[in-house]
Amino acid sequence: MNQMKPGSRVDRRRFLTLAGLAGACAAVGVQPAAAEATPDPDIVNLPPWTQALGAGVNNHPYGVPSPFEKDVVRREVTWLTASSESSVSFTPLYALDGIITPNGLCFVRHHGGEAEIDPTRHRFMIHGLVDKPLVFTMEDIKRMPGRTNRVYFLECAANSGMEWRGAQLNGCQYTHGMIHNVVYTGVPLRAFLEAAGVKPKGKWVLAEGADASAMTRSIPLEKAMDDCLVAWAMNGEALRPEQGYPLRLVVPGWEGNMWIKWLRRIEVGDQPWGQREETSKYTDLLADGRSRRFTFIMDAKSVVTSPSPQAPLHARGPNVISGVAWSGRGTVTRVDVTLDGGKNWTTARIEGPALPRSMTRFYLDVDWNGEELLLQSRAMDDTGYVQPTKAELRAVRGVNSIYHNNGIQTWLVRSNGEAENVEVS
Amino acid sequence: MSRSARSFAVAGAVLLAFTGLASADAVKLGRPALPEEIKAWDIDVRPDGLGLPEGQGSVSQGEELFQNNCAACHGEFGEGVGRWPVLAGGQGTLTSERPEKTIGSFWPDTSTVFDYVHRAMPFGAAQTLQPDEVYAIVAYLLYLNDVVPDDYVLTKENFPTVALPNRPNFYDDDRETTEKAFWKATPCMKDCKPKVEITSHAAVLDVTPDAGKEGDKPAGAVE
Ligand code: HEC
Repeated sequence: MNQMKPGSRVDRRRFLTLAGLAGACAAVGVQPAAAEATPDPDIVNLPPWTQALGAGVNNHPYGVPSPFEKDVVRREVTWLTASSESSVSFTPLYALDGIITPNGLCFVRHHGGEAEIDPTRHRFMIHGLVDKPLVFTMEDIKRMPGRTNRVYFLECAANSGMEWRGAQLNGCQYTHGMIHNVVYTGVPLRAFLEAAGVKPKGKWVLAEGADASAMTRSIPLEKAMDDCLVAWAMNGEALRPEQGYPLRLVVPGWEGNMWIKWLRRIEVGDQPWGQREETSKYTDLLADGRSRRFTFIMDAKSVVTSPSPQAPLHARGPNVISGVAWSGRGTVTRVDVTLDGGKNWTTARIEGPALPRSMTRFYLDVDWNGEELLLQSRAMDDTGYVQPTKAELRAVRGVNSIYHNNGIQTWLVRSNGEAENVEVS
Repeated sequence: MSRSARSFAVAGAVLLAFTGLASADAVKLGRPALPEEIKAWDIDVRPDGLGLPEGQGSVSQGEELFQNNCAACHGEFGEGVGRWPVLAGGQGTLTSERPEKTIGSFWPDTSTVFDYVHRAMPFGAAQTLQPDEVYAIVAYLLYLNDVVPDDYVLTKENFPTVALPNRPNFYDDDRETTEKAFWKATPCMKDCKPKVEITSHAAVLDVTPDAGKEGDKPAGAVE
């Protein structure tokens, strides 16, 4: 649906025309410069890159983005944490398109800094309630049968955690940037568990990293045997050190903290281990003072990435509202967008692959007349879950739960095109 | 043995295909883990006490170790220096506007204190403490949180008898029942509400990082 052929004239009917403003749109609508008399110097004066030779093929043996994209970087919120070794940097979602996050822009969360591991010295151990405890080298792992490629989002459970009490940070990089989406190459964790032979009493696994936090999480055996991967590559190349080189656990649809980086050990047991990251952290404190634990699944969520505070609108007339949606429960089936703070909604078009537990890209082509917008998106998944409003979430959970804030985000877009993080009634 | 991709495409067939293919003997990959190797890495301690090493330590021994190894960040009494984590106090704050989640006010399991301190602290010198030192530090942290008296000696044997007060207040994820309303068949598309008002502005707080400007520092919420 709504396919626009490259170069074809923009189809007005496809544009969302704001109520009652159809006529006004045409009047203030941007007319191309065809009628103007001054020739464009960027056309009539040949630029240096057209006349002089450029750099050679191996100018950058490992390619880097254009210098004109230098602002598209991960960013930190330094007041959040006491040290950058136990902190987070955020994905610049506002500047990205499609569904794949470039490796160098994937947000980073460490608890003990970035481990630098010589892959020839890395070992992966399976033990506990198994018939045969085993040790694998990286070479062994890459020779395992059953290698697969899967696209999955990884979202930190604390993504949007700063927004529980109200709009706080201006930019989807900060409000929603603890997420990335890449294609992983690896082998199902099941293959290793079956190689070791899980004893009938085995019900949980403990996954552990080799970094200075020796990060650990308990994972139900059922999930471990279902779709978890032991992965060594992302987007076709070796994992980046900050993403767990040489080996990380992939736990599709579940909170990012469980995707143990620098994975070195899987222990099988008959009950969870009550680790710090599943008790002190990553439990959801509710208004009555009680806390939910084992809230592993990331519910359906979406955000408009452009326009947004870091990506204002530059002109009236045709504009593309763009965003991403995802669900840990399955596949995003629909995304609705509102321009008036939730009074009326229009279904956006999902473009590109809509894969289970992957980020999904949506667009809404609009004709903007400069009127203030209260822009929101609302994701639905194939279980019938509909992304809730922040008010609906707070009604159930209060404002102290930090984690799992998947409420609908609002951007106020002013008539000058600037956008601000707000909340609406 | 079949390496065909089809064996993965058919969910039901996967398990069978894989059992045949990937038992350690069949794929001849990996080698047996030696008991010494497992012991070197398997330091986890469970809420039922499984995994605790032999050893013991007193509150007073713990106090000295804590002042030397931990207080620079966590404060003399676990109150936290600057933005380093607070380890004690906060009892009765969980329903307040600013809950203070500490070992005494929030953590469900004593074992987590032992496991975590042993595995990850002191920050930057992880896994340098001996079991007796960890017992002593845990005893001191429990004392700071009013869980044990000042003459307490924590041991492998009495460990499972020391319970943390907030234990009963945790329960398993129940979103599929308590949040069932979020599975709406048909969300509203038209005339969904009569009026819309802005209730909150990020610009009012102005804490977004920006070149050359340092905003106010609200309580951090990334944990
Ligand atoms: C250099 C500063 C520093 C020192 C010294 C230090 N810690 Fe920590 N501690 C931290 C940081 C940072 C964290 C949080 C790490 C993370 O984000 O995962 C932490 C977390 C903790 C926690 C968990 C807090 C919670 O609420 O989850 C405990 C318990 C703890 N430390 C105990 C100790 C003990 C005991 C020592 C001494 C043996 C110690 N720390 C020494 C910085 C320090």
